[in-house]
Amino acid sequence: MPEDPSPSSVRWSKLLNTFGPFLGLMLVIALFSLNAEVRPFFLSGSNFKIILTQTVIVAIGALGMTLIIVSGGIDLSVGSVVALTSVTGALLLMEQFSATQAAILTILTGGVIGLLNGSVIAGLRMLPFIVTLGMMGIARGVAKWMAKNQTVNAPDNPINKLMELEDPTQLFPLPHGVWIAVGLALATSVLLKHTVFGRYVFAIGSNEATARLCGIRVRLVKVGIYGLAGLFIGTSGLMQLSRLTQGDPTVAAGLELDIIAAVVIGGASLNGGTGSILGSMIGALIMAVLRNGTNQMGWRTYTQEIIIGIVIIIAVGVDKLRQRRNT
Amino acid sequence: MNPNNLSSLASARLRMRGVCKAFGATRALNEVTLDVGQGEVHALIGENGAGKSTLMKILSGAYTPDRGIIELDGSPFAPRNPLHARECGIAMIYQELTLAPHLTVEANIVLGKEPRRFGFLNARQTRDLTRAALSELRHESIRPEAMVGSLTIADQQIVEIARALVGAPKVLIMDEPTSSLSQVDSENLFAVIERLSKKGVSVVYISHFLEECQRVCHRYTVLRDGETVGTGDLKTAALADIIKLMVGREIKDIYPRSHRSFGKTVLQLAGVSGERKPKDVSFALREGEILGIAGLIGRGRTEMLRALFGLDRQKAGTVWLWSKESSHGTPSSRLGEGVGLLSENRKEEGLLLNRSLADNLTLTRFSPVSRWGLVNGLKQREQTQAWIDKLGVKAQTPDQPVGELSGGNQQKIAIARLLHHQARILLFDEPTRGIDVKSKAQIYKLMFELAGQGRAVVFVSSYLPELLGVCDSVGVMCRGVMASVKPVSEWTEHSIIAAAIGHEEAV
Repeated sequence: MPEDPSPSSVRWSKLLNTFGPFLGLMLVIALFSLNAEVRPFFLSGSNFKIILTQTVIVAIGALGMTLIIVSGGIDLSVGSVVALTSVTGALLLMEQFSATQAAILTILTGGVIGLLNGSVIAGLRMLPFIVTLGMMGIARGVAKWMAKNQTVNAPDNPINKLMELEDPTQLFPLPHGVWIAVGLALATSVLLKHTVFGRYVFAIGSNEATARLCGIRVRLVKVGIYGLAGLFIGTSGLMQLSRLTQGDPTVAAGLELDIIAAVVIGGASLNGGTGSILGSMIGALIMAVLRNGTNQMGWRTYTQEIIIGIVIIIAVGVDKLRQRRNT
Repeated sequence: MNPNNLSSLASARLRMRGVCKAFGATRALNEVTLDVGQGEVHALIGENGAGKSTLMKILSGAYTPDRGIIELDGSPFAPRNPLHARECGIAMIYQELTLAPHLTVEANIVLGKEPRRFGFLNARQTRDLTRAALSELRHESIRPEAMVGSLTIADQQIVEIARALVGAPKVLIMDEPTSSLSQVDSENLFAVIERLSKKGVSVVYISHFLEECQRVCHRYTVLRDGETVGTGDLKTAALADIIKLMVGREIKDIYPRSHRSFGKTVLQLAGVSGERKPKDVSFALREGEILGIAGLIGRGRTEMLRALFGLDRQKAGTVWLWSKESSHGTPSSRLGEGVGLLSENRKEEGLLLNRSLADNLTLTRFSPVSRWGLVNGLKQREQTQAWIDKLGVKAQTPDQPVGELSGGNQQKIAIARLLHHQARILLFDEPTRGIDVKSKAQIYKLMFELAGQGRAVVFVSSYLPELLGVCDSVGVMCRGVMASVKPVSEWTEHSIIAAAIGHEEAV
C-alpha cells in the first residue's frame, strides 16, 4: 500500500499514542506552576496527596466506564448510582452491619444495578444512552427515597479511614483508597489488554457485527461488562461514603460527565473500539489537577467549569488531528 | 461498440503525462500516462495497489500530483480540491455508494446544487432535473419521491450516476461499478454507459472483471506498481496478454482443478427458509466437495448462508450436520460444530478493521493462544505470522491493524481465521469480490487444497466463470428457492443465467 508510513514513523505515532495523555498531564501541571505564588504549595507533596485522593472516586468510576466505552456503550447513571450506593452503605452501617459487610454489600449494589442496565440493553437491544438515562433518574429517586430525602449519618466506622489523609503535611502514607484505585487499575488494565474477555470487549466495540459473526455471545458479554462496571461504580460509591463519612442522596450529580471526560481525554473514542486504562487514569488525574489548580489560583467555580470544558474539547480535538495525520 | 469513437479519439478529452506521486518513501505513481478521448470508455486495469485509486484521486482533486501534466480538453487542469474538480467536469462514482439513504431520490440527485428561488427550494425544477437525468439513463421507473434507502443497490447506483449527470460531467470515473450488481443489473449499467459514451461523455472504467471491460470499454491502460505498462485497443487485445501485463508474469491456469474423491455427506438442508428469504432451500454437501451457489443478487443466497449459520433466524426446514439434526443454530454453536462463514461484507462485518491481524485471526478460537483466559501475546503473534507466511499475506507485522492491508490481503486474513478455527465446513460468500487477480488465483488454489484435505466448501458467487472453474457442483437460487443442484459439467454460463432468472425450461 502506498499510504503506508515508514516503520519509524509508525513507532513514533505509537509512542505518541501512549504518552499523549501523559504529556497533557505534564502540560497542565506546568501551566499552574508558572504562577510563582501558587507554585510552592501546588507542587508540594501534600498537595499531590490531596489531588490523588480527590481523583479516587472519578478514577475508579472511570475503570468501569472505560470497559463500557471501549465496548461502544455509555453509562449516564454513574452519578446517581454513586449516590445510591453511598446511601446504601450508610444505612447498612446504621443497621449494625459490620464495616466489611457494609462495604461488600455497597459494592454489590452497584453490581446489581450494572447487571440491570446490561440486561435491558442486551435483552431488549436498546441504546445504552436511553437505558442509563432512565437509570440515572431511577437510582437518584431510590437514593432519596431510601434516605428519606436527607443525609444519612453513619456511626464512626473503619470505612471512613479509606479516604482519610492521616498526615496531611506529607505525601506518604497515601490513603488506602488511593492504593485500592491503583490496584484495581492494574487489574483492569490486565483484564482489558491481556485476557480473552478483554479482546471480546474491544471486538464488540470495534464492530458488533463481526463479533457476532465470530461466535462471541455479544449479549452475554455486554451484561458482563455492565455488571463489572457496576461493581466499580459501587466501589466509587463506597469511596464517596468514606470521603463524606455520610450517605448523601444528592451527591455526585453530573459525576458521570467528569468520568466520561476522563476516559475520552485518555484517548478512548465514543464510537467504541479504542481506549486504555492507563489513558483513562491519566485523564482522571488531568481533571483533578485542573480542579485543584484553579482552586489554588483562587479562580471562581464558573471559570473552572469553562476551563475544563475547553480542555476536553482541545484534548479530543488534538487526538482527532493526530488520527487524521496517521491515516 | 461505438464506431464514432475512433474518430473522436483524435480530440483527446483527457491527457495525463508523466504523473508522479510519492507518499513518504513509497512511490505510488511513477511517470504515469493516460489518454482518454471524447466519448471513449477507457478501462483502467491493474491489481490492487497498482496505483489506480491514487491516479483517480489525483484526477478528482483529492490528491495533488508531485509532478506531471494533466490536460482537460486541451488546457492545463490542476484541480485544487474535489469540489473544484467536480466543477471542471470530473465526476466520480465510488465503489461504495455515497448516497444519503434517508433522503428521497430527487433530494439526493440535486444534493449540494439544489435549484433555489428566493432562497427557497424550487420543487418543480428539482423534479424536472431529476426526471431529465433519470430518463436520460432510461430509468424512468425510479420514482423521484422514493427514499433512496428503499431502492435496490442497482437502482441506487443509477441514482448515483444521475447525480453525476446533473453536473454535466466531461469525464465520469467509475470504480468497480458492478462489484455488487447481478448479471442483469450489470447489463443495464453497460447500456447506460454506452448511452453516455454516445453523448460524448468520457468514462474511466475501473474493474477487476476483464471480460466485462472488454464488453464495455474501447481502450485500456494497465498500471503495475505505479507505472503504465501497456495501453491499446481492448477489442483486439487478448485477455491473457493483459493479465500478463497486470501481474508481470503469466498466470498459467487460474483454476488448477484437482482430482479428488468425495466422502460422506456432512451438511444437508431440507426445505430451509429464513425470515423473509430464502423460501425453500435443499441441498447436500459431501466431504471434499465444492458446491457453488449462483443466482441474482438479492435472491436469498447470502440470507441462506446467514440462516444456516445462525446470524438470521431459521424459520422452517431441517438442517443436518455430521448426520445429526441441528436446526436453529447460533453463530457460536455453528462454530463449535466446525462450520465457518466468510462474510460477503469484509469491511462492515467480516473484520475488525482497527484491530490487529492477530486479534482478527484468533477471534473465534483463543484456546490455542491463551490459558485461564489470559492471552499469550507471543504465541498469538507466532501463530498469526505462520498463517501470514502460509497464505502469502503482504503485511508488516501481526500487530498492525487489518484495515491497513489491501483488499486481497484483508480477505486472506478473514479466510485464515476460518483455517485457524479448523472449520471443516466452509461457507464462502463472494470471497473474491473486489480483490485483485493474483489474490483471486491464490484463493481458488486454497479452496482446492482445502477440498483436497476433505473439507467441504459452499461457494456463493456472482461471477460465473469462477463458479464453473472451481466448483464440483452448482446450484442456482431463483426467487429465494434453490432451483436445481447439478454437477458442474451439466452447466454452462448460459444455462445458469437462464435458471437464475427463472427460464430454465425455455433453454
